[in-house]
Amino acid sequence: MSALLQHLPVMPILLPLVSGALLLFLPQSRTVLRSSIAVLTILAQAVIAAYLLYRLIKPQPGLLEHGVEVYLLGGWVAPYGIVLVVDRLAALMLALNAAIALPVHFYSLARWDRIGVHYHSMVLFLLMGLNGAFLTGDLFNLFVFFEILLAASYGLLMHGSNAVRVTAGLHYVAVNLVGSLIFLTGVSLIYGVAGTLNMAELGVRWAALAEADRGLFEAGVGILGIAFLIKSGVWPLNFWLPRTYSAASPPAAALFAIMTKVGVYSLLRIGSLLAQPDAPVPFGGPWLFYGTVATIWFGIVGMLAARQLTRLVAFSVIVSSGTLLAVIALRVTPALAPMLLYLIASVPAGAAFFLIAGMSERMRVNSMAETMAPQPTTYTAFMAGEPAEVAENEVDEVGVAIPAALAFLGLAFVSCVILTTGLPPLVGFLAKFSMISALLGPALNESSADAWLLIVSLLVAGFAGLFALTNRGMRTFWSTGRATPRLSFIEAAPVAVLIVLCVTITILAGPVMEYLEGTVQWLQDPAAYIQAVIPSAEVAL
Amino acid sequence: MELIYSLAVGIFCACGVWLVLRPRTFQVILGLALLSYATNLFIFAMGRLTLDRPPLIDPNVVPDPSLFDDPIPQALVLTAIVIGFATTALFLVMLIAARGFTGTDHVDGVEKGD
Repeated sequence: MSALLQHLPVMPILLPLVSGALLLFLPQSRTVLRSSIAVLTILAQAVIAAYLLYRLIKPQPGLLEHGVEVYLLGGWVAPYGIVLVVDRLAALMLALNAAIALPVHFYSLARWDRIGVHYHSMVLFLLMGLNGAFLTGDLFNLFVFFEILLAASYGLLMHGSNAVRVTAGLHYVAVNLVGSLIFLTGVSLIYGVAGTLNMAELGVRWAALAEADRGLFEAGVGILGIAFLIKSGVWPLNFWLPRTYSAASPPAAALFAIMTKVGVYSLLRIGSLLAQPDAPVPFGGPWLFYGTVATIWFGIVGMLAARQLTRLVAFSVIVSSGTLLAVIALRVTPALAPMLLYLIASVPAGAAFFLIAGMSERMRVNSMAETMAPQPTTYTAFMAGEPAEVAENEVDEVGVAIPAALAFLGLAFVSCVILTTGLPPLVGFLAKFSMISALLGPALNESSADAWLLIVSLLVAGFAGLFALTNRGMRTFWSTGRATPRLSFIEAAPVAVLIVLCVTITILAGPVMEYLEGTVQWLQDPAAYIQAVIPSAEVAL
Repeated sequence: MELIYSLAVGIFCACGVWLVLRPRTFQVILGLALLSYATNLFIFAMGRLTLDRPPLIDPNVVPDPSLFDDPIPQALVLTAIVIGFATTALFLVMLIAARGFTGTDHVDGVEKGD
């Protein structure tokens, strides 16, 4: 048993890879079998992530001396071999990823998985890339996992391809291909100077670098940072985001809600490892800070101008991304734990929002057949046979319809508004309030203009979001002449689960914050991480 | 050698950037290909430009790092080429799909003035 448990850290990568590949060979007509394999895989992943998290909270003797688990792929010792590292931040992100993916996948079973081909495989590959990016301890592997998740996201974006999705996809792919090349340039510059790509070893070498080499290394880190900022949607690198997210089918867009956070995660991780006391800070500083504040304002303007609910939500994703990075850039340590709370609250809220937008779209279009029509061309192109014929009455009555659909939609919408804008009583408010109160410390004492700027931006973003979302909600739910959509149970339940997840985080805010504060403390002290990955390293800290 | 090499990287990169900013999808894909050539050459150069130094260790010679080339950038380039090739192929498919859906090869899917 313990021999099996020892291999647990690699499972979040292997499981979706194997079953995603397996699903490619099953015929498209085996709907039930395919969806149950996919759901079971994601469920297993959620269990593993929860167990890894549990192991970190309640360390067992001999397994986790430092509160970190290092898995050597191939058995080579760290700087030479490739490692996976499970620490508090990685385990948190893994759990978040699985917690979002499971309800969203259930939602997609209401026909969305059949508007194109190979939906389940693409979702699983996306999860594999995300999990790998969270786990890896090696820069080049980070690149590879980024490519995996991006390749899967290209497919997901164009799932159920139509003219809008394909042209949005064209921009998205072009931007991300350029982003990947920038990523590669940064990685190779870092390797050329430091001679290693292991993130822990970089932390050691960075402090000992000769003065003459430092400029090139910093350039490499800066180029790498730009690649991460493209992924996380920071102004002016985010013009691709609203169009892409609003063009994607609702379950795909909901999964994309966590993708911007991968960029945030990478910045946090590498920024933490390179933050040695006797070396200058690699990330953060005024450039990043003003860029992210501009991102928040870009999001505000976008939210106010958006005329479509999906676009509005996409801009709120930009605002949340900007908020997270602004707090990181400002380097106010007490604000970091609330920042992480904001992160884990904003992802399920954003995902639920995209799902609601998908359902309320049907009030306009009237019939599901129109929005969810399978694309025969895609099926032919993949030689997957003909899509199953969809009778009009069958489409309108998928599964068990829930009563009071409009009331449910409205309630879910209001909860999401409360969550994203940071109104009491839900977790969005707790996170924003504690962030602002942590920022008030330096703002009042050192009369720091930057902290005030961020506080004002956060408050304005909240008000603008509230205004824009209420406006859109009134037009959607209160206007006459709209059909009440029929919602099946399988569509409504995932949204409810995501919102209940946020409510649970609100209720358990105490223990959650304790964990997050531990995470921040862990990130502040990279020596333990380095020591765990490279036991022989002498870290002078 | 360094001068010629860096000129090659620079020219590839400049042409690539120019083409990526053009409005036709075919120009964009050629630009992306040129940019990826520039990046691959750049990664390769990060292992230092040397002559007559194999990346393989000869068991008959006493190991001396200065006699051998660094194999890691070559391995990285190989991975980058494979990934770049796959994503370019994907982009090519999308380009044709976009042409089919919109009837134009403009990146926005609409001609100017339409």
